[in-house]
Amino acid sequence: MVDNDMRMDFYREMVRIRTYEAALQRDYHADKAPAWDIGAGLIPGEMHLSAGQEPVAVGLCANLVQGDAITGPHRPHHLALAKGVDMKAMTAEIFGRDTGLCHGKGGHMHLFDPGQHFSCSGIIAQGMPVAVGQAFAFHRRGTDNVAVAVAGEGAANQGAFHEALNLAAMWKLPVIFIIEDNDWAISVARDTATPVKDGSMRGSAYGMPHARVEGNDVEAIYDACRTAVDRARAGGGPTLLEIHTVRLWGHFEGDAQAYRGDELAAATENDPIPQYERRLVAAGLLDEEAIARIKAEAEAEVEEAIAFAKASPEPLPSDAYLHVFA
Amino acid sequence: MTVTESVDAGTRRLTTAKAISEAIAQEMRVNPEVFVMGEDVGPYGGIFGSTGGLFEEFGSTRIIDTPISETGFIGAGIGAAVEGMRPVVELMFVDFFGVCFDQIYNHMAKIHYESGGNVKVPMVLMMAVGGGYSDAAQHSQCLWASFAHMPGMKVVAPSNPYDAKGLMISAIRDDSPVIFMFHKGVMGLPWMAKNPRSIGPVPEEEYTVPIGKAAIPHPGSDVTVVSVSMSVQHCLDVAEKLEGTTSVEVIDLRSIVPLDREAILTSVAKTGRLVIVDEDYKSFGLSGEVIATIADTDPSMLKAPVQRVCYPDVPVPYARVLEYEVLPTRDKIEAAIAAVLA
Ligand SMILES: Cc1ncc(C[n+]2csc(CCOP(=O)(O)OP(=O)(O)O)c2C)c(N)n1
Repeated sequence: MVDNDMRMDFYREMVRIRTYEAALQRDYHADKAPAWDIGAGLIPGEMHLSAGQEPVAVGLCANLVQGDAITGPHRPHHLALAKGVDMKAMTAEIFGRDTGLCHGKGGHMHLFDPGQHFSCSGIIAQGMPVAVGQAFAFHRRGTDNVAVAVAGEGAANQGAFHEALNLAAMWKLPVIFIIEDNDWAISVARDTATPVKDGSMRGSAYGMPHARVEGNDVEAIYDACRTAVDRARAGGGPTLLEIHTVRLWGHFEGDAQAYRGDELAAATENDPIPQYERRLVAAGLLDEEAIARIKAEAEAEVEEAIAFAKASPEPLPSDAYLHVFA
Repeated sequence: MTVTESVDAGTRRLTTAKAISEAIAQEMRVNPEVFVMGEDVGPYGGIFGSTGGLFEEFGSTRIIDTPISETGFIGAGIGAAVEGMRPVVELMFVDFFGVCFDQIYNHMAKIHYESGGNVKVPMVLMMAVGGGYSDAAQHSQCLWASFAHMPGMKVVAPSNPYDAKGLMISAIRDDSPVIFMFHKGVMGLPWMAKNPRSIGPVPEEEYTVPIGKAAIPHPGSDVTVVSVSMSVQHCLDVAEKLEGTTSVEVIDLRSIVPLDREAILTSVAKTGRLVIVDEDYKSFGLSGEVIATIADTDPSMLKAPVQRVCYPDVPVPYARVLEYEVLPTRDKIEAAIAAVLA
């Protein structure tokens, strides 16, 4: 049951993540001028931000503990932050600094935090079998930890997704497969990529409990994840959840999104954070002052993390040769 | 040995991306069996612009956006090719070959041989390669040697718009499978820093650049610099800078399979000094193969040990300071030329 304290936590965490993504977006674009150059600036390279998908990360991670694992996709920040990955170390990684999670080797698509059992991969769906293996280890060791594999709806058309589901179901492992359905895989619309309307139905092919969650509502997502996580912890095996969410911004920064047409305006109106905010205001949990305070707290934390990253040393060039082998 | 064709390239200037999409469009107009498929090749025009404008001209039946199912659609390309169609399939980044390599090397590359020559696979598999813009370990590799190592696939990697158009037309017309690798840095993209060489003269009419023939865009007599793809642009910059002090002969391989060994041997026989510049991993790769070409024929033609400016055997790091430590750069090429002449 979601109580009022949890509601406030959900709201705070969603605001925290959005504040983070907005600040990264600002800094990412700040120094790419005059001719916009993807390789320039303090944050170079591709940048996939998660605005709109905060309810998935927050509703999921409210059910997880530190020892549980997540393997995320190329769009990982919301999941990392909600899982408890240190914001400063993650930001320093995204700025390519030696104090970063991976000493500047990984970058935003390759964040590894063994303490939080968090990782992500830029190759579509390929984190999913890894989560199966983490669940295998938890299970063998007799812990009640679970592993969560998160990927976009586009990833569910990739072989690794199906192989991972079959293995997890066969071995009855404590895995939760989460598909974030944001309707788009870059410019390819969900409906042009698969005839399957409800992707969670694919769970039934592997005898796996499954559900599709509509509405991008953090509380409904929390409830669905609660059922799945409880089942996995109790030895009941894997679950497939498809969560309908929204990609508010481009696939990556710099994506003009011409292919989205009118759908983009509708999506923008479906921003889950103001919606949830209105609900909590109506329920008497939030008022203007509380909203301002929560946003200010989030901004302070995010700006501190960015300042930490910017003040951190870069790796030494010769560090490029370290870490090929253990 | 082949010196760059003396075809008059005219004055119309295109980016490499535009040259590639123009080549595909021209072949599609004359041959209904040609079609394109891959992720985001439709209205988006390809993440790196290789299919720009094609969807508008040919529509969704011939320019087909696929799901993220590379084994599925590359395999489907093979099937269509086996039945006589001429698919141009895009794998968005070479780095993704891991999810679909069985179709590529056990099927696309081997069917002709396995069938005793009875079944042809006239397919083009094009893909983006290369780094230099902090896209990190899974989106920045070149990996041409990995394809070249396995028999049955031709492998081309143009360094400029003219060659890109001519090689793409050759690739589509070729009865063998061709891996067509375009470096993101040579595409002339508006959103990536670029060498001016990524935009250049391209004739409007159709023409071919032969697969398996190197070009010598900068003839010289003191040292041979062998390279391919993006690195050729750096080599040319260095060769021009050294004009008047050192006479550098730059060989742009253009094709890795078949490798134009003749061009390498002829040049090194003349200069006696060899530098190889390769953005792919150093060990077990193209640079070793070029050296083996000399060693197998006449090692005594070398007046000095060979210098290699290659990607060291580490994955591609993210941070700019790390990536530029390991990427081939003009400075490293210049230093290697100095060393081989010392
Ligand atoms: C195997 C593989 N193929 C293609 C890509 C290129 N790519 C990166 S993100 C993406 C779209 C992913 O869509 P989805 O899984 O729905 O996630 P979203 O981006 O919508 O969050 C594609 C095709 C890749 N990274 N890996």
